[in-house]
Amino acid sequence: MPVDVDAIVVSNTPLSSDYNVLALAAPTIASQAQPGQFVMIRPVAGDTPLLRRPFSVFELLRDSARRVTGLSLLNKQIGVTTRMLFGLKAGDRVRCLGPLGRPFSVPEPAEQAWMVAGGVGLAPFATLAAALRRRDIETSLFYGGRTGSDLFHLDEFRQLGVSLALATDDGSRGDHGNVTVPLKRALNETDRTAPVRVYACGPTPMMRAVTALAASYGRQTEVSLEQVMGCGLGGCYSCVVPVRRDGRPQNFVRSCLDGPVFDGSTVVWNLLG
Amino acid sequence: MSVDLSVNVGGLRLSNPLIAASGCFGYGVEYADLVNLSTLGGVAVKGLFLDERDGHPPTRIVETPSGMLNAIGLQGIGVRRFVAEKLPALRAHGAIVIVNICGSTVDEYAEVARVLDDADGVAALEVNISCPNIKKGGMMFGCSLQGTHDVVAAVRRVTRLPVVPKLTPNVADIASFASAARDAGADAVSLVNTFLAMVIDVETRRPRLSNVVGGLSGPAIRPIAVRMVHECRQAVDLPIIGMGGIMTAEDVLEFIIAGATAVQVGTANFVDPFIWDKLLSGITDYLQCHGLATVSDLVGTLDTTERDTAWSSS
Repeated sequence: MPVDVDAIVVSNTPLSSDYNVLALAAPTIASQAQPGQFVMIRPVAGDTPLLRRPFSVFELLRDSARRVTGLSLLNKQIGVTTRMLFGLKAGDRVRCLGPLGRPFSVPEPAEQAWMVAGGVGLAPFATLAAALRRRDIETSLFYGGRTGSDLFHLDEFRQLGVSLALATDDGSRGDHGNVTVPLKRALNETDRTAPVRVYACGPTPMMRAVTALAASYGRQTEVSLEQVMGCGLGGCYSCVVPVRRDGRPQNFVRSCLDGPVFDGSTVVWNLLG
Repeated sequence: MSVDLSVNVGGLRLSNPLIAASGCFGYGVEYADLVNLSTLGGVAVKGLFLDERDGHPPTRIVETPSGMLNAIGLQGIGVRRFVAEKLPALRAHGAIVIVNICGSTVDEYAEVARVLDDADGVAALEVNISCPNIKKGGMMFGCSLQGTHDVVAAVRRVTRLPVVPKLTPNVADIASFASAARDAGADAVSLVNTFLAMVIDVETRRPRLSNVVGGLSGPAIRPIAVRMVHECRQAVDLPIIGMGGIMTAEDVLEFIIAGATAVQVGTANFVDPFIWDKLLSGITDYLQCHGLATVSDLVGTLDTTERDTAWSSS
């Protein structure tokens, strides 16, 4: 059951000039959260910004007894809310509603999991990787960014036993080019009969390309879409995603209730907006 | 002192004056786990045509200073599926259901009304002649006095339920539309729907909404909405459901003092889905502080007499 809390900022860790990790004390939300779910964030007071913005749960915070005490957000300064989140200090508060949305599916241990992230699209994969590794699932992260210093959290993924394949636009780290470069190589090198589940989160053109590439090797992709949302609860019908479903070529379904995780092959990408 | 929050809006009896606004609360059932629907005065469900509609492609909303634009395009499941799939659950939750009805033609409004008149658990019909985001229907009727009259009269003929036309603010004289609605047999009017508006992305020189234009709501429009409620109250003897950017109990009180018997809350529910208890306790506190036994006693009590500023010591 989602709850709405004034969450106290435990820490704000800058990662670069525009990325930060914001740790929030929110035990009730965090203890219910499953990989792929999101929270809706706004300032505790005021009309600017008016509407909440959706954020993936990045990490679950735990105390020394391993009890879940909160969650963190991977944030990138883009608009008014993300700039506000970049500037918060420990002890500040934000309004936090969640957990919301349908989580990723977690496969059987015989299957491999490949997570494909672009930029801030890394956010849902820290908790997913932890859940996958807890089930002893062989897990890889394909991670692309503008430049090497824009790739974060790599040691944490390594510690979980996740294999990394990196790509940067400027070639400063990993493959030179899009994250689809190492992904395509892995698809070529993997026996087509070996079961692999692909997960993708990042810019829409990237998720579309990953879905198409994986499909050409017979692989299914779960995408975590980032639609503009009004409420996060199914009230406003703002965050709709066009999907092929129920024999109809195009259904607008709410990303907040039916997503944000979708089977990429059902998304009508050219109408996604 | 206990206060009586119940109101009667042209035959629509509500336990309190707070209604979830149409288009901002889904079909109500989406919120049933979070909010006790029976504690709301009423739930105005998303606008319904006879048949299912897809609505507009994304992007459907954009935030603006102290407000937001939407162009959803009345995506909906159609009135028959609503009656079969949603109404029973709403009844079970004890919700007072106000159904927002739409049509591309006068006949379609009447047909939707007929289906709902036969259904169990509908408290009133809110007639949507004010949606700014669709090509046929909606505001097309609500911007013409004749169109307003024709739709309201057609719905009136086929239902015993309270008929509440929802008026558009995108007209020169909204009171004349309230008057036309009354003459056609309306039991009350609700106002205002959203203001037609537009936002452009200067980098791409494209409109931010796929529909190019959309409807502005939120605190940005509230003072205009209050003024329009005031105008209708002055001109027409017909109960009013007021709305437009209500965020706090004080905002509710403004609308009631201006002349609204009940109010609808829309955008604020996106910001805070748990707003209802806060609004109710704020209204209760105000009534107690001002020695009022019922919220109805506050309706239309706007004082516009000349203020005596002379200082006297007595």
